[in-house]
Amino acid sequence: MSKMHIKMTVNGKQVETLAEPRELLIHVLRERLDITGPHIGCETSHCGACTVDMDGKSVKSCTVFAAQANGADVTTIEGLGGPDNLHVLQEMFKEHHGLQCGFCTPGMITRAHRFLQENPDPTEEEVRFGMAGNLCRCTGYQNIVKAIMAAASEMNAAKEAAQ
Amino acid sequence: MIPGTFEYYRPSDLSEAIKLLTTHGDDARVMAGGHSLIPMMKLRMADIPHLVDLQDIDALRGIEVDGDAVRIGAMVTQHELIADEALFKAAPIIREAALQIADPQVRYVGTVGGNVANGDPGNDMPGLMQCLDAVFSVHGPDGERDIPAREFYEAAYFTAREDDEVLTAVSFKPQSGGYAYEKQKRKIGDYATAASAVLIAKDGATCSSASIAMTNLSDTPIYSQAASDALIGSDLGPDAVSAAVDAALGEIDPAEDGRGPVEFKKHVAGVILRRAIERAVSRA
Repeated sequence: MSKMHIKMTVNGKQVETLAEPRELLIHVLRERLDITGPHIGCETSHCGACTVDMDGKSVKSCTVFAAQANGADVTTIEGLGGPDNLHVLQEMFKEHHGLQCGFCTPGMITRAHRFLQENPDPTEEEVRFGMAGNLCRCTGYQNIVKAIMAAASEMNAAKEAAQ
Repeated sequence: MIPGTFEYYRPSDLSEAIKLLTTHGDDARVMAGGHSLIPMMKLRMADIPHLVDLQDIDALRGIEVDGDAVRIGAMVTQHELIADEALFKAAPIIREAALQIADPQVRYVGTVGGNVANGDPGNDMPGLMQCLDAVFSVHGPDGERDIPAREFYEAAYFTAREDDEVLTAVSFKPQSGGYAYEKQKRKIGDYATAASAVLIAKDGATCSSASIAMTNLSDTPIYSQAASDALIGSDLGPDAVSAAVDAALGEIDPAEDGRGPVEFKKHVAGVILRRAIERAVSRA
């Protein structure tokens, strides 16, 4: 089978690569584009470690063919912040010990980012329901929820200050 | 886990998609959100040499609600079903059911068309659509035809849709009265151990109409006319509810699997049916 040209916007940059249609988005991101923030956990659409933002939706990139993402706007953890400019969610995960081994963290934060766009002032229960597609093998959920609640407060305070 | 090779197509209109199905026959399949199909392809349990992605066909999108009809395009996602206020007013049971499907990431991508056309007894929308007495529209090389949801399912993964037809929309009448979609599952993201969709309307203290359907308790969804009949004309009291539960349980044939043995599933089905009926009554 012939390879196809895949054009996407990834973290604000236009990228183009050749891939077979059967290649999954997570493989193209990690192996062809060297974007290794999104992780491969279960590879069966259960764990959420591979979560990326695609056209404004949180998706599990192990269950999307790169061909489906052709033309899409994709954001990964690398697009949210970096070591020198942490996103407030990253800051709060650090502050509230929202990670132990850290394997699930890129998916958690990428999902939490989209969730807070849709529900900027959630209850703890809404956070748990909104994060239900992401598993933490260390079972560190309490602090993940705390970190997301704290990030929501920080983001809302910053929004108010800006007004 | 990487699927076998395939040719990928992304047609922009329905006739082009149907032409691909006609040309490639058994070797072609359409894909909506892909969250049932892609896992099967990754496990190599599905081998699809020609994969037809429906995402660019605008005619398959959109939710239309007018006075006495609701039409939902096949490519509408669970996320869109949940968010649509007009749909919530016309049929609140849809939001209640869709919120119990899979997890947020899957609901952004999973579609109503994929869910009803797949034929997996674990999918929640088929039982729901039988409860609503919905009609599925399918388009093939010879044009369009409508198939009632209650006549669509033949066996697990076998439906009344022909291989060269595409399911394009589901339609039903807005509901009135009480509703409930009740689902027992082992964890978020799991299919139902047992689930039930119930609609109930009252005229004074008497039940004037009822509709009861079940998910994952046989190799197809089950609509129980006998359970509905046990409620209609009754006072919806404990005796009538028990009669309806018994009638519904008489129509299921669950199989033992990781969710439990047959006896357990029948027990859970009884609990879920009773909860669903009682909640629908409380809202009627």
